[in-house]
Amino acid sequence: MRIYIPCDAAAIATGADKIAAAITAEATRRGVNAHIIRNGSRGMFWLEPLVEIVTPQGRTGFGPMTVADVPGLFEAPATHPKAVGLVEEIPFFAKQQRLTFARCGVIDPLDLDDYTAHGGFAGLAHAIKLGPAGICAEVKESGLRGRGGAGFPTGIKWETVRTAPADQKYIVCNADEGDSGTFADRMMMEGDPFSLVEGMTIAGIATGATKGYVYIRSEYPHAIQTLNTVIARARQAKLLGADIMGSGYSFDMEVFVGAGAYVCGEETALLDSLEGKRGQVRAKPPIPALVGLFGKPTVINNAISLFTIPVILEKGAKHYADFGMGRSRGTMPVQIAGNVKHGGLFEVAFGITLGEIINDIAGGTATGRPVRAVQAGGPLGAYFPPHMFDTPYDYEAFTKRDGLIGHGGLVVYDDKVDMAKMARFAMEFCAHESCGKCTPCRIGSTRGMEVMDKIIAGQEPEKNIALVKDLCETMKFGSLCALGGFTPYPVLSAMTHFPEDFSKAAIKLAAE
Amino acid sequence: MFKPELVNTIVDAHQGPDGLLTILHAIQEEFGFISEDAMRQIALRLNITRAEVYGVVSFYHDYRTQPVGRHVLKLCRAEACQSMGGDTNAAALLARLGVDWGGTTADGRLTVEPVYCLGLCACAPSAMLDGALHARLDAAGLENLAQEAL
Repeated sequence: MRIYIPCDAAAIATGADKIAAAITAEATRRGVNAHIIRNGSRGMFWLEPLVEIVTPQGRTGFGPMTVADVPGLFEAPATHPKAVGLVEEIPFFAKQQRLTFARCGVIDPLDLDDYTAHGGFAGLAHAIKLGPAGICAEVKESGLRGRGGAGFPTGIKWETVRTAPADQKYIVCNADEGDSGTFADRMMMEGDPFSLVEGMTIAGIATGATKGYVYIRSEYPHAIQTLNTVIARARQAKLLGADIMGSGYSFDMEVFVGAGAYVCGEETALLDSLEGKRGQVRAKPPIPALVGLFGKPTVINNAISLFTIPVILEKGAKHYADFGMGRSRGTMPVQIAGNVKHGGLFEVAFGITLGEIINDIAGGTATGRPVRAVQAGGPLGAYFPPHMFDTPYDYEAFTKRDGLIGHGGLVVYDDKVDMAKMARFAMEFCAHESCGKCTPCRIGSTRGMEVMDKIIAGQEPEKNIALVKDLCETMKFGSLCALGGFTPYPVLSAMTHFPEDFSKAAIKLAAE
Repeated sequence: MFKPELVNTIVDAHQGPDGLLTILHAIQEEFGFISEDAMRQIALRLNITRAEVYGVVSFYHDYRTQPVGRHVLKLCRAEACQSMGGDTNAAALLARLGVDWGGTTADGRLTVEPVYCLGLCACAPSAMLDGALHARLDAAGLENLAQEAL
């Protein structure tokens, strides 16, 4: 009997370790030979902990499991109350186009042979044949854009580093995934970590960098542990180090743990942090591609960009670019979170509308109440009301509607949400996380929070709303980085689309 | 108890241009917080000023300069958890314990700290108790979790 139980942090948080222990105990009690494999998550979090049993038809799922549900797995699995059928036929899963996440949840994340059997290191083998210029051309042709949020073409960044003369270059993976509503980096680091080793090695060969760092936030202890394990295993298998796969290229990498500063997800703040300093934003230019870590040319890519590299090199740029719309090529791992019935990871080609994702795929709210707002793109992303759910998931289409895709997170709210409170929270979060280098962000966020308090208290709402709008303009155009520069997005979108929440206090006061 | 030789061992194990954050992580792991004495010792060993060390310690939310309770409960305050009532539940717990964010109960058993996202956003609200993750915490679930530590 082969049984898959996820070791994903969200599965563990919902009890996967207890289920694994209960299954082991029950199997021993019954004298059944149970082979338990701890896989990553399939990304259907309403079903976690999701147990899968291998059958001749495929992997059948049971979830969300409790310890009390365990004996039933050994008695009558077909009629088990938590049976969900063949996992890959669940509509949420079957409707996806998984390229980056193809192996996540399928394989044993720590098993190098399992990784290789599922296409692992085929991309690296192809990359070695292409050579640095060939790899950069391939990545450019794929149309891959930075998945951290800025959407800068990855191939162009690599080409810049490749052609920069230097005695030392670096690859830095930004896995400081601090946006609320996002967990794609975490899932991949826990579910398919070897593909990051492969993606970073390809980046190293492409640009002439021999050293890589993965900057992981400290809030992800499982991901840190998993990645450290696979790096050691890759080194042992000579897939990291000198003369990788007999190619003559050398590359090695290590994990660096952050210390709980959201702003370190900004690339230049991350570099300062990696150098052991306060994570303060650097003024650009010079760009990190020319003057980056320790002053050397540095590729700094979001984890999902790097996780996507192996499949592009394995299946070809054209295969990847054939997915998507307009200038947004390929697929996006959309993360559906918050007050949502079917939350999880949904990888799909660009072009699907926000409404299809929220209503059709995710099935609306968890509370069963109407959806009132969706925050797209993390704490710095705009709030979308339902009448804008026709917006296609595409970098440019979101920009046109004063929003952003960001790292692909969507946080759903029901009709009980107070948007004035959310606007205040955006300012509070910015004040809490500001690195302090530029004035609009450092001072603006605190003043914004204070003025929001006045609006909520019903003090001169019209005058104070105008003041917040003016302040947002200053922050938007005067801040050094996206923290101060994008905090106005949630604030202004909340004011524009939900004005009733900002005059509510005033109306209440007037009525008294 | 501050032990200078232990600080020296940690500093020696993490030499390199990027070592300070790693050293601070190890110091906090060992002592529970980063004391003035530890900062002085690190500055001395790395040949940097105490202000530089303090600047880094005070910048990052993870580092503490005061001892904490026997148990540490981190509650997520970010948007996804708020959408499922995490903020309301957290406020109720803090009020019942009579502490503010970052505060420790009078008996020194429990410190409640804020955290902005644990990456469990599809199973909100979430929390971390002494490094162990917990998700789908409604008001009763959070209360039970706090009771484990009290």
